[in-house]
Amino acid sequence: MRAYLFLICPVLLFLGGSYLLPFLGIMQLSFTDPEPGLGQYSHVLSDPLTLSVIWRTLRICVIVTAVSVAAAYIITLLWVRGRPLVRSLTELCIMIPFWISVLSRAFGWMSMLSNRGLLNTWLKDLGLIETSLQLTRNEFAVIIGMSHYLIPFAVFPLATAMRNVDERVLTAADGMGASRLRIFWQVFLPMTASGIIGATLLVFVFSVGFFVTPALLGGGQSVLIAELIYLWIFQIPQWGMAAAMSVILMLAVGGILVLLMRRYGEMAK
Amino acid sequence: MKSEAIVANTTQIEARSVGKKFGKFHALRDISLEIAEGEFLSLLGPSGSGKTTFLTLLGGYENTTSGQLFLEGQDMTGWTANQRGFGMVFQGYALFPHLTVAENIAFPLKVQKRSKAQIADRVAQMVEMVGLSGHENKKPKALSGGQQQRVALARALAYEPKVLLLDEPFSALDKNLRGQMQEELRRLHRELGTTFVFVTHDQEEALALSSRIAIFNHGELQQVGTPDDVYERPANRFTAEFLGDINILSLDGTSGVAGTPIKLPGNAAGLGHLAVRPEHMRLAAEGDANQLPVRLRDRVYLGSKSRLLLETQAGEELMLYLDNGAGPAAPQTGAELRVAWDVQDSFAV
Ligand SMILES: Nc1ncnc2c1ncn2[C@@H]1O[C@H](COP(=O)(O)OP(=O)(O)OP(=O)(O)O)[C@@H](O)[C@H]1O
Ligand SMILES: [Mg+2]
Repeated sequence: MRAYLFLICPVLLFLGGSYLLPFLGIMQLSFTDPEPGLGQYSHVLSDPLTLSVIWRTLRICVIVTAVSVAAAYIITLLWVRGRPLVRSLTELCIMIPFWISVLSRAFGWMSMLSNRGLLNTWLKDLGLIETSLQLTRNEFAVIIGMSHYLIPFAVFPLATAMRNVDERVLTAADGMGASRLRIFWQVFLPMTASGIIGATLLVFVFSVGFFVTPALLGGGQSVLIAELIYLWIFQIPQWGMAAAMSVILMLAVGGILVLLMRRYGEMAK
Repeated sequence: MKSEAIVANTTQIEARSVGKKFGKFHALRDISLEIAEGEFLSLLGPSGSGKTTFLTLLGGYENTTSGQLFLEGQDMTGWTANQRGFGMVFQGYALFPHLTVAENIAFPLKVQKRSKAQIADRVAQMVEMVGLSGHENKKPKALSGGQQQRVALARALAYEPKVLLLDEPFSALDKNLRGQMQEELRRLHRELGTTFVFVTHDQEEALALSSRIAIFNHGELQQVGTPDDVYERPANRFTAEFLGDINILSLDGTSGVAGTPIKLPGNAAGLGHLAVRPEHMRLAAEGDANQLPVRLRDRVYLGSKSRLLLETQAGEELMLYLDNGAGPAAPQTGAELRVAWDVQDSFAV
């Protein structure tokens, strides 16, 4: 037993060095820069502009999580329970995005949605619109771009849950005369609830720290927390504020995690 | 007990030359069988003999690859499980893991759109019937195997299906609980008059519960009959050996066994073996017609009786039971003895 503990020491050292120390640094910064005290926190939590960023981040992340998990549920359904051809095609669609960088994907959406992008051009050519629709540099674009990036991550916990569903339980429900709709809503969906919670956790935590996509597709119009922290570090250096914001973000995410995990634990019982 | 098994003689389900292939593999071949309304039919056979497959074909959970199925004279071959509406207790129960005991039992009732009050009544009644009062609000995971079993039974019976299909419902239970549940099932069958088709590995269970037994082997139906039919008059060697213990003797072609002349039963023509149940074989007394010389190999003491393991002169093994009460002293191992039986208790296979 002792020997094993000894063997995991390098990992502990590495994690401590790469996470704990910087974190302690940030904690210190958040209470001391520019002046000691809780000033940074009270500023972050009272400045209307900062609050609006927090509020927007929360809103967008909730929407993105809902959209991603719902879309991923349908995709996973096709992947796990579809006909063989549907399965392979879906698998391809799930895997390909993993090979394309987040930057290229954001640019892809920009060329698709921008004022002189593909979508607007087509709509104009078809005579459906006169002037370009404003599809980028707003929350809509941010939500689309973020969801598109996060969907594949939601697929895996969902797939695990769906594969664990005992086929005979569905067969039994069918034998009792239940319609397909009822079997889905009252049997299959609740039986995959653990996967939904897992996917929600994963996507939400990822989305909160998102930087590239909102920065590009939001075009500075819908700044999220990650971008605000970036601004406070590189553009208008206020490291203490950036640090306080980071700590708040971490606590918020941690709190949500604990809450959902507890719910998850109850489900597993 | 036999008198309880009175069965209305109307055919409810009929299988006509039903076959099932999985790819190239014949899981079932040419099964023809009639099931009467209200009967308790057991499907018995070794593992992999096609019992579950036949049950799922009856229930409409799988499609037949040949032959036809009829329900009350109507061709139901193409009907889905949903349309047939038989109840089924699956091997492994298939309870809804996210629902409580009460919700599990209520599920099929909600499907039937019964009123809330009716559902509550029926659920309470079923919970009571299978002895699960006090467990209504537990999830299946919090129940023992036997309790889950009973939930599955209650759920399948709750909506009063015409036919109940049961796939080894007692396989997970220990001996005591098993006996208790068998009693329960017999009672339910008597009270409800539902047709039961019951799959089991356990021959004693089949003999004790059924009005008729269908014996399967390698996807083929070997014999169908009442318990004493299949036990006393097995149609072939497989059935004879599968059900209970049996002594098999090779016939030597000159109406005898290893040179000793023997009276053969009527069906012996063309068959090579003679079968006698151990309980029909005895140590020979003066004047017994069929006598065969044997040597005592071993004697196993079983309390009220002993099991004698014997060997014929041709080297075939026999077995018989000897009462340990008053009587001549038990023979010693190695003793030369003679066994006897009545012709009508023997059959050729
Ligand atoms: N879906 C399937 N695909 C391929 N082969 C199958 C399938 N279902 C059953 N079989 C085969 O059909 C044969 C009969 O299976 P079945 O499950 O009916 O046996 P059983 O009599 O119920 O056995 P047990 O007593 O072990 O439950 C087996 O050899 C099995 O491997
Ligand atoms: Mg089986």
